[in-house]
Amino acid sequence: MAWNFDDNRPIYSQLVEILETKIVSGEYQPGAKLPSVRELAITAAVNPNTMQRAFSELEREGLVNTNRTSGRTVTEDPNMLRQVRSQLARGHVDYFFKKMKELGYTNQEITSLANEAASKEDNQ
Amino acid sequence: MENIVELRGVTKSYNGRSNAVDHIDLDIPGGRIIGLLGPNGSGKTTIIKMITGLLTPTSGSIMIGNCKPGPATKAHIAYLSEHSALNPNRRIKDALYLFQDFYADFSMDRALTMLENLSIDPNATVKTLSKGTKEKVNLILVMSRIADLYILDEPIAGVDPAARDYILKTILTNYQERSSILLSTHLISDVENILDDVIFIKEGKILTQTTVENIRESQGKSVDQYFREVFVC
Repeated sequence: MAWNFDDNRPIYSQLVEILETKIVSGEYQPGAKLPSVRELAITAAVNPNTMQRAFSELEREGLVNTNRTSGRTVTEDPNMLRQVRSQLARGHVDYFFKKMKELGYTNQEITSLANEAASKEDNQ
Repeated sequence: MENIVELRGVTKSYNGRSNAVDHIDLDIPGGRIIGLLGPNGSGKTTIIKMITGLLTPTSGSIMIGNCKPGPATKAHIAYLSEHSALNPNRRIKDALYLFQDFYADFSMDRALTMLENLSIDPNATVKTLSKGTKEKVNLILVMSRIADLYILDEPIAGVDPAARDYILKTILTNYQERSSILLSTHLISDVENILDDVIFIKEGKILTQTTVENIRESQGKSVDQYFREVFVC
């Protein structure tokens, strides 16, 4: 199944987010070997050069290490993983607040709605 | 990377009056997947037919490596035409043998593997196949060659969305990393994720040549949306 992308942003930055999410959620375990650029490009149905660019970004961040013999592996540094995880979480929260404000909610109303949703989840 | 194809000042006039293709300069570098996009009648197929040597330019030059389009360049360019290469009264297998005889770079193994993946029986007679299956077989013939340049004229026009996904994957899986793909289509949203570059053609001229990511970055919209704005009727 091809991956889904938003129309209004470059594909490579969305690939970076998707791969980061797969790594911090444990779909790709710390220290695990990643599929090749070509394999992932075919799975995602994206251009291989675009996938390569996303991988370079993950390498630059230090989330992915390249080793001449074993290919690309996920970092085993727990601090690194925590940092990327909270970065992603903050992005989701910012987006949520932006959307709620578009609907005319105040910060207080948003927080109380979030609390309500959280207690509903707890009771399920 | 070195250019696989170079067009300089290429013009094609069919009747001596209006120009179907009008003074085009175009480079196709290696290792890229390029979309040739434009409305009906904008000159896409004429450009393709000149690169493949089926039409001669009225003026200008086309170079493929160090050669002009001809028998030598056909050995390096795999071309999916808008017309089927299949004889309706023969079996699929016969078409495979024909391609094997014609093209030194044809891989029978590849063709048989792709047919098997799609559960297409090589012994089936062509005229018994659905339109979509015929399109798949034509694409398989072309992608089974190990070519420098793949030119695909409307490769996904007549097939359902699931088959489209498979065809795009087939293209990604089988092209060589140093070769390039030039594909024309009007189904932009289906292909834009696999493209490096796009070329917009309007009334025989090149309007824009840029990367997909550049359009998304600078316009904040997909190539499909941008195309609709540029070519609004």
